[in-house]
Amino acid sequence: MDAFDDRSPIYLQIAEGVRGAILSGQLEEGDQVMSTTQYATTYRINPATAAKAMGELVEEGLLHKRRGVGMFVAPGARERLRAERRANFFADALQPVLDEAILLGITTTEIVNHIKGEK
Amino acid sequence: MTTASTTSGATAPLGVDIAGLSYRFGSTVALADVTCAVRPGTITGLVGRNGAGKTTLAALVAALRPVQTGTVLVGGRPVWEDPDVTSRICLMRDKGAIVEDERIGTSLRIAAMLRPHWDGEYALALLDRFEVPVRRKPQQLSRGKRSALGAAVALASRCELTIFDEVYLGMDAVARRMFYDELMADYIAHPRTVILSSHLLDEVEDLMEDVIVLDRGRVVAAGDTDAVRQAHSRPGELASLTDVLIQLSTPSSARSAS
Repeated sequence: MDAFDDRSPIYLQIAEGVRGAILSGQLEEGDQVMSTTQYATTYRINPATAAKAMGELVEEGLLHKRRGVGMFVAPGARERLRAERRANFFADALQPVLDEAILLGITTTEIVNHIKGEK
Repeated sequence: MTTASTTSGATAPLGVDIAGLSYRFGSTVALADVTCAVRPGTITGLVGRNGAGKTTLAALVAALRPVQTGTVLVGGRPVWEDPDVTSRICLMRDKGAIVEDERIGTSLRIAAMLRPHWDGEYALALLDRFEVPVRRKPQQLSRGKRSALGAAVALASRCELTIFDEVYLGMDAVARRMFYDELMADYIAHPRTVILSSHLLDEVEDLMEDVIVLDRGRVVAAGDTDAVRQAHSRPGELASLTDVLIQLSTPSSARSAS
């Protein structure tokens, strides 16, 4: 209940949570992910909701199922996610920030200096 | 928790198929040409405002009333006067299914005789958890404890189709949380079909795989709960079932005018 927000269906949030954990390395390749039963009892959600999230991740090739054992992070999952997100980084993550900068009259030099100063 | 004692035979969750179902109380239309289905093995929510027809629908599915017009099939069979089917359906609401003026033990013994998959140990564990004084008669219990008793009997009956019609009445927030936890744990351990009718939508909407929304005796939305909620959402914000109900229910002003 409290672990999720009201912006999107819980199954999408669960899937995004697992993707985030794979990207950050919190879940490594070969690691077992929480079972749908654990999700259901931990967060008081229908097990089908968690199963939908897992199904989506299996379809994306990020998880694979070992029958009777559970779900595991697939080999190459992290690299695949990184490649995908990298491809979209400039359009999805950076462009909105740059659009905002233009609106606010912040120059390219200011932005570059800020980034360099941070490092 | 639980101590799952051995149950007799394998259980197969029962689906419900309703077609062209209408029901009247005198000149009052309770259900008007309802066609819907409950998929076997799901937890399906039955939601709607007061007077929408939830309780009548539940009573017809559980064969507490004979059908007037239309068909109700449970597990593919008509339910009326078929004990083979009705022994596998449990409807728990604020009244009935419990012997009010005899000790709780009597109701438990009756359930044990009636219900093929009854788990007596589980029933006692639940009553203990809900702190129901088992030596009392149900009519001596507070509203909340009486509801907890009903919930415990319904859960321990392990019926292939279990219907909870506002079973939470009088339960405090902690008891309701316990009920949801027990329902989910036992549903996972012993898969069955559950129909959950409640007004506390914020508390139960995430428990429901499917939902049926009624308004003035008609089905106004049905299907996968996420899909129904998304269909009534604005971008960037998922509609709650309360939002869905507000959008789909006839306003009171229009009701009194009709």
